[in-house]
Amino acid sequence: MQASDRFNINSQLEHLQAKYVGTGHADLNRFEWAVNIQRDSYASYIGHYPMLSYFALAENESIGRERYNFMQKMLLPCGLPPDREEE
Amino acid sequence: MDNTDAEIAKTQEERRKMEEKASLTSVTFDADLYGGAGSDKFEGYALSIPVNEDEEEQEEGRDVVRRMASFTGPRAVDIPKVSEDDEEVGFRRPQKITDREDEYRRRRLKRIISPERHDPFASGEKTPDASVRTYADVMKEQALDREKEETLRAISKKKEEEKSKRQEAPHAAAPAPATKRRNRWDQSQDDGSSNGTAKKPKITSASSSDWDLPDSTPGVGRWDATPTPGRVGDATPSISRRNRWDETPTPGRLADADATPAGAVTPGATPSGMTWDATPKIAGMATPTPKRQRSRWDETPASMGSATPLPGAATPAAAFTPGLTPVGGVDLATPTPGAINLRGNITPEQFNLLRWERDIEERNRPLTDEELDALFPQEGYSILDPPASYVPIRTPARKLLATPTPMGTPLYAIPEENRGQHYDVPKEAPGGLPFMKPEDYQYFGALLNEEEEEQLSPEEQKERKIMKLLLKVKNGTPPQRKTALRQLTDKACEFGAGPLFNRILPLLMQPTLEDQERHLLVKVIDRVLYKLDELVRPFVHKILVVIEPLLIDEDYYARVEGREIISNLSKAAGLASMIAAMRPDIDNIDEYVRNTTARAFSVVASALGIPALLPFLKAVCQSKKSWQARHTGIKIVQQIAILMGCAVLPHLRSLVEIIENGLNDENQKVRTITALSLAALAEAAAPYGIESFDSVLKPLWKGIRSHRGKVLAAFLKAIGFIIPLMDAMYASYYTKEVMIILIREFQSPDEEMKKIVLKVVKQCVSTEGVEADYIRSDILPEFFKHFWVRRMALDRRNYKQLVETTVEITNKVGVADIVGRVVEDLKDESEPYRRMVMETIEKVLANLGASDIDPRLEELLIDGILYAFQEQTSDDANVMLNGFGAVVNALGERVKAYLPQICGTIKWRLNNKSAKVRQQAADLISRIAIVMKQCREEQLMGHLGVVLYEYLGEEYPEVLGSILGALKAIVNVIGMTKMTPPIKDLLPRLTPILKNRHEKVQENCIDLVGRIADRGAEFVPAREWMRICFELLEMLKAHKKGIRRATVNTFGYIAKAIGPQDVLATLLNNLKVQERQNRVCTTVAIAIVAETCSPFTVLPALMNEYRVPELNVQNGVLKSLSFLFEYIGEMGKDYIYAVTPLLEDALMDRDLVHRQTAASAVKHMALGVAGLGCEDALVHLLNFVWPNIFETSPHVINAVMEAIEGMRVALGAATILNYCLQGLFHPARKVREVYWKIYNSLYIGSQDSLVAAYPILEDEENNIFSRPELMMFV
Repeated sequence: MQASDRFNINSQLEHLQAKYVGTGHADLNRFEWAVNIQRDSYASYIGHYPMLSYFALAENESIGRERYNFMQKMLLPCGLPPDREEE
Repeated sequence: MDNTDAEIAKTQEERRKMEEKASLTSVTFDADLYGGAGSDKFEGYALSIPVNEDEEEQEEGRDVVRRMASFTGPRAVDIPKVSEDDEEVGFRRPQKITDREDEYRRRRLKRIISPERHDPFASGEKTPDASVRTYADVMKEQALDREKEETLRAISKKKEEEKSKRQEAPHAAAPAPATKRRNRWDQSQDDGSSNGTAKKPKITSASSSDWDLPDSTPGVGRWDATPTPGRVGDATPSISRRNRWDETPTPGRLADADATPAGAVTPGATPSGMTWDATPKIAGMATPTPKRQRSRWDETPASMGSATPLPGAATPAAAFTPGLTPVGGVDLATPTPGAINLRGNITPEQFNLLRWERDIEERNRPLTDEELDALFPQEGYSILDPPASYVPIRTPARKLLATPTPMGTPLYAIPEENRGQHYDVPKEAPGGLPFMKPEDYQYFGALLNEEEEEQLSPEEQKERKIMKLLLKVKNGTPPQRKTALRQLTDKACEFGAGPLFNRILPLLMQPTLEDQERHLLVKVIDRVLYKLDELVRPFVHKILVVIEPLLIDEDYYARVEGREIISNLSKAAGLASMIAAMRPDIDNIDEYVRNTTARAFSVVASALGIPALLPFLKAVCQSKKSWQARHTGIKIVQQIAILMGCAVLPHLRSLVEIIENGLNDENQKVRTITALSLAALAEAAAPYGIESFDSVLKPLWKGIRSHRGKVLAAFLKAIGFIIPLMDAMYASYYTKEVMIILIREFQSPDEEMKKIVLKVVKQCVSTEGVEADYIRSDILPEFFKHFWVRRMALDRRNYKQLVETTVEITNKVGVADIVGRVVEDLKDESEPYRRMVMETIEKVLANLGASDIDPRLEELLIDGILYAFQEQTSDDANVMLNGFGAVVNALGERVKAYLPQICGTIKWRLNNKSAKVRQQAADLISRIAIVMKQCREEQLMGHLGVVLYEYLGEEYPEVLGSILGALKAIVNVIGMTKMTPPIKDLLPRLTPILKNRHEKVQENCIDLVGRIADRGAEFVPAREWMRICFELLEMLKAHKKGIRRATVNTFGYIAKAIGPQDVLATLLNNLKVQERQNRVCTTVAIAIVAETCSPFTVLPALMNEYRVPELNVQNGVLKSLSFLFEYIGEMGKDYIYAVTPLLEDALMDRDLVHRQTAASAVKHMALGVAGLGCEDALVHLLNFVWPNIFETSPHVINAVMEAIEGMRVALGAATILNYCLQGLFHPARKVREVYWKIYNSLYIGSQDSLVAAYPILEDEENNIFSRPELMMFV
């Protein structure tokens, strides 16, 4: 990278992206990415009412219960993080 | 007409023009960009931040320097301007900060960079070392200082009294008040005139000179800094004009009585400070004229006069005693007046003088111990220690010119044999260091002798490293500067706060510093601060001393910079340290220090939050110890309000409560500043927060009855800002209360008071509760009697304020009342006054229309504006023109009866020999064209059109531009068919004018041509249009964007009129030119032609052109395509398959720019055809774009990323995600980084739609990665 690039939009782009929750970076591991995917999915299910009612129907739950469940699952969607190997 | 006569007239005219060139240019140039040369370019800005609202306070008790009750000129006037004429031609040359500073701001140089202080946080409970300055020490010093000041004041007062008593006898006849003016001219004048009689008292005062010095020192500045038009008027005008020649002190004129240090001739004058320039002409000379407005010429270091060895003086040492030697015994305690005049501004000539002076001083340097040992006999003498109280002088202003003596600056660590090395040609800076300016030697001189680098201790080597880096930052080339700055930042902790700041801060006090240098050094401090964090604590005060002056700099950016540093500093050091550092300055004896400290405190408040500072402020504002502390505390509140605006609202009540006691303070200054602070708070809080001011309403309204003068003005100001916050009912009541006082003050002669009264009237009148009848009956008569007078038009600020207030009143009472009162004045004999009337009428009519105006008034009005328009001699701001336009437009059809008369005037003036008059006449046509159309005066307009057409041979570009503008206005309203002269005659006449390079001409001409091409192209043969096309190509070079834009649009119209083929051929040919701007504009023009004539008429030729094996042409074609697809949007779906092969080729080209431009074409294409079923082609193109994601060149990667974003929109996020997945977990980090970047923008762009497309992940033993919900099926 040249000195002149340091402050242009491209370098800022990454900084800008990093401000959003759910964006990734080169050191992201499988688990972290999967957590993001799961949360995005649950957020999307909750956000689209037809989806939510579809799942409620399939699981034979009330819609409110289903929404609550999804929200709860967003806490630790993939279980506990694996121990970091080295480091 | 006789040819010769005309020629002579023209030449004369030209010469006259040349003389007033400045005022001419101001009309043409975009006033925002270039600034009117005639008017002040800072017009509309606050010329100076009001540093001085309480400026005179430190002068109380010093009769000598008492100032006038009011001052009329804006302070900024006497800021020395570097001659602006030179700068018009090119860039501004770097300006020294001191050059534009006024005397008040220059006081910063007198501040001492205080030694670092004890940091109680770092050392914990430990008792500080005795050698470290603690808070208690500083406070003690302050108290001592104050005591000293007071004693000195008392002494000088006493002396004054004695003196005046003694002088009363011989001067019984002389009127006492006349001699009591505030400057020391008069003081020494007395001395001079009573030379013979009052010899005795003078000798006493001379002998006690060093006692007088501290007192008179600040005065030096004040009397020549204050603009004193009044006094200049007293003196004979011819003498009062600045005459450079009798002010330049040249060393050659040593024998001149004026230039001699008065010590030799009139010993009495010595104590009065700046000897040579303050000395009045001796008794023999007729009038000591107060001619000295400050000019740059008196900035020559004063030392020359005083350091000159006089032929008559006994010893050389005696000759320069009063001035400069730092070892001079007498003046050690106080800054000598001589040092104050050192304003930097070193010209080569002066540098020579300096060198010469140093040479002299070098020979007269104090003897070293060794030399003394050699001189004196060994026995019979004992060496005494210097007294314990002895402190060497640290005032930086003195340091600049002071001979570096062994005891003074570090510079003289240079060994003996090197002495004198830099008195001649500047030595080559070693080791790739940047050039050193003469002023820099004092700071960086040590870098010049590199030989003993190895022998230095690590500490010294570190210092040297810092110096090198700083020199590079200060004087180096941009790359040097950049690396040096980075190194300083990175190694800040390693260097340590002490060594760093000890080097940086003195540099900032350098009197010859330039803006750019200061900016860089401040940047260094900022970076270093960030790194050092809490390590800066001991240096907080040091830093503040150099940064605070930035807060009152006239340059906006300097102020912002200063704020940023102080805010960072307070975040790094913490509130406690900041308060500890600044607390002692709050009641400093020097008003300058208190002022800057108050401002700094407000910055701290904005950085750390107002609540954090509230307890402290409360304590300070209620200080019993000194009124200065209370004053500063209240001022801090004011500054907080100014700085933070509506952010004070949550704390408004507490802030008001803190300061409200100040309204009843025993000290007048405190009362004044309290009222001003309330005004600032109310202004910041508007329109909310009236309930917080409840407690101060009573004292304020009571106050206006009991106070007079400045305090009253401040109280009125506060009221003016509080009333608009009130409910209608209260506002009405309180307005009536205050109006009595306001009306009384209408007749105040004080300019400041006038402005405030006008402002308050405006504020009161604009509130809801005030009725029109009340205004009409109670305010208007007095208002017009006292304010609508000629004198008010002379001062710009009065003028503006009066117009604003009158407009505000009109909003309440209606147009007829006000216009009826002033309309007669349009025929007043004073032009500025007429202009003021015109501006008021313009604003009023533009606001409220003319329906109020009855036929009689209408007649008067038209008569008046015609008179004023014709009689104007100079109208740089177009007031008359705008006024005329506004009146005519407001009256609309009612002007019909007067139009023949107006047009007659215009026609007559179009024929005037003054270019200015012709220009105004033409401009007027463009203003009233629409109204003429409304009045159905087409015939008249046609006639004017013909007249204008005849004047197209005009030589002055300004006038020609206006004539073209007028033609354009006429064509616009009467249409192409009815236009006379007919378009087919008009356009060929315009073609040669297109060649004119003047911006105004170009702009108006291209607008007119474009208009004709758009609406009336059929009146002109195609050949003429082609000719114009060629001319237009040249116009693409124009600097002004508006012209280029008009040009490319015109290409579009022409192409539409005569078909695209020929125009396109011309344009494609133009792609071969070298100049980039020209090519870019051409590509835009091609795209516009394609848009207006449908792409299929253009694309074949365009794509064919891509086969030309020339980089510029191919890139031009690609760029045209990019613009083309941008413009045609979804129409692109028909062309995408046609251009795909071309883009394929471009995206595979070796040349970066090809790929970049093709990528941006792809982006526009994708965005245009999204959702129109072109996915197959787009995926195909994406496959060509994708490999470019690893490009590193910023423009290319930018274009590629945007193309991918475009594809995301067109193809959907899932497709792009599939492209991404291959690289997100690639083993190579570089690859992963790029892919994650793409993924992130994809994710941010369409997070939701990705949910369905994420890959299926297998569960692991502890973790669930799968998404079973998506498998559900009913």
